[in-house]
Amino acid sequence: MRPIEKHSIIEINNVTKDFGSVRALNGVSMQIKQGEFFSLLGPSGCGKTTLLRMISGFETPTSGSISIAGESMEDVPPNLRPTNMVFQSYAIFPHLNVAENVGYGLKKLKLSSDEIEGRINEALKLVDLTGYGTREAHALSGGQRQRVALARALIMQPKVLLLDEPLSALDKKLREAMQVELRRLQQTVGITFVLVTHDQEEALVMSDRIAVMFEGEVAQVDTPEFLYREPHNKQVASFIGVMNFVPARVIKSSLKSVEIEVETLGVTKLPAKKKYLAGSKITIGIRPEMLTIVYEKKLKQQKTFEATVSTRSYFGDMTYYEVLIGNTDIKANVSMRNTVGRPVLEPGTKTHVAWSNDSLTIIDEN
Amino acid sequence: MQKASKFLLLYAVLYFLFLYAPIFLLPIFAFNDSAIISFPLSGVTLDWFFLLWETEALHDALYNSVMIAIIAATLSTALGIFAARAATRYDFPGKKGITGFLLLPIVLPEIIVGVALLVVMVQLGLSLSAWTVVIGHVLICTPFAIVILSSAFKSFDMSLEEASQDLGVGKIGTFFRVILPMVTPGLISSFLIAFTISLDEFIIAFFLTGTDVTLPVYIWGQLRFPARLPSVMALGFLMVTLSLILLAIAEYFRRRSVKYTNIESQNTTQSEETIF
Repeated sequence: MRPIEKHSIIEINNVTKDFGSVRALNGVSMQIKQGEFFSLLGPSGCGKTTLLRMISGFETPTSGSISIAGESMEDVPPNLRPTNMVFQSYAIFPHLNVAENVGYGLKKLKLSSDEIEGRINEALKLVDLTGYGTREAHALSGGQRQRVALARALIMQPKVLLLDEPLSALDKKLREAMQVELRRLQQTVGITFVLVTHDQEEALVMSDRIAVMFEGEVAQVDTPEFLYREPHNKQVASFIGVMNFVPARVIKSSLKSVEIEVETLGVTKLPAKKKYLAGSKITIGIRPEMLTIVYEKKLKQQKTFEATVSTRSYFGDMTYYEVLIGNTDIKANVSMRNTVGRPVLEPGTKTHVAWSNDSLTIIDEN
Repeated sequence: MQKASKFLLLYAVLYFLFLYAPIFLLPIFAFNDSAIISFPLSGVTLDWFFLLWETEALHDALYNSVMIAIIAATLSTALGIFAARAATRYDFPGKKGITGFLLLPIVLPEIIVGVALLVVMVQLGLSLSAWTVVIGHVLICTPFAIVILSSAFKSFDMSLEEASQDLGVGKIGTFFRVILPMVTPGLISSFLIAFTISLDEFIIAFFLTGTDVTLPVYIWGQLRFPARLPSVMALGFLMVTLSLILLAIAEYFRRRSVKYTNIESQNTTQSEETIF
């Protein structure tokens, strides 16, 4: 584990942004910590890019404030902010070659030509483009352009590196490789990275923490593990991965645990973080991988329910089933790793699905 | 591809003859060894070109024309930059109407523009000179400059400007280090086309010229003397050749500017350049 300094480098305080009559951001607040890989995740139009552009200075908040490294960014233009950005289109200057692109921002700093050359070479080495300095911009592939954009931003030694959907233009293989590489790069340089993405998998793989945004508001800020395991609401739960929702009713509740009756699954007791009103309705979430199709007939003490396979999607290593619980038409998604002794079930097959208390998550809807 | 019918082929050939046959007469008679413009041709000569070389008045007219064309092309390109930038980068009320009016002089009859300008100049008490011609030519060249520069500015990816600012360079620095170098081919193309238009323009020059006649006005004056006709043909041949060369160079730069500025938008959405 690398040490994470706990103080925050970016403070976003109750920021609202209106474009004409459209409210793009509504009272957004968050703290981004020094040295962390932070992602803004959400569907298109959720305001994540607007927020990033406000941090970089290309947009100004209608109300609220943003400060970076303890300094208010009000009226500070983009060229004077301690941030650098990797643009979605990469924005490589087409009239300059790779080295000129990478060294673009250094000219202002009045360095000796030796020093400039040294820093350019260092930056190119960092992104694995040593020897590409004299290449023309138009002779680069998509992946290389992205590396140039990264080097050009990192060479400025910013306090915060902003990345606007940097992987969306790459094909799947390259994208996955770059996810790992970006993460490695961030750990090497130790700079705070703020990434905008609509790809939940990308955010989960790369981030220390993720802010999930919907319709101009922050739904949840958490580590990837917590976001996945304990989503605050249905929207977050279904945006990050797949989640089965089952309605339930509170029977008895204390500060530490709650006894509930889950529809079709029966009565069970779960640990709780707060007290629920007896009789109130809540929603239970179950991840597909937490459910198991029972192939052996020995049911033992396992909790199971009867189910009928309605559809199946075969992915090679995994099979994703949609089953109907019991005789109801409540659907549940089940994912199974295809190992020895687990034949792929065809639609219509009746089977048993096992679950456990640990696999249930209480989802607050308020 | 479907094969074109014979009729359509004939139509196309006739059409091209109609367009270009008269222009092909220029070189034919420019090199013809006879003072009379008629067939049959009598022989090949370069005399008419030597005659041009020796005519003092022609040199003055050529000098006037070139100077007027250079100044008019520079001014209209400079004005075009502002209009093109405004039309492609900013939103303001009445934008469509304003840009439409900017381009109107392209379709206005030149004789109307010429007469109107003459009236204004006289009312203002300005004496006619090469400068009044410059003003008239700026008026008709600017719309062309706007059209050419708009296509250069329009295909320019906004994020390039932002990237420059993001890297610590202010607005003025960004203009000189990113915008200008990238639209330079467009500027050259705009300048050359405006230059060509000004050089060849007759009607407005005819109305607004004082004693400093331009080349087309000089040619028109020479038509009264049948003996000068072959040398006018020679001059016409030179002007057509020069215009074609300039337009070819301008087109080369215009395409380069579009190609140049489009590199960035390749992986995002790429729209064909359209003007306004």
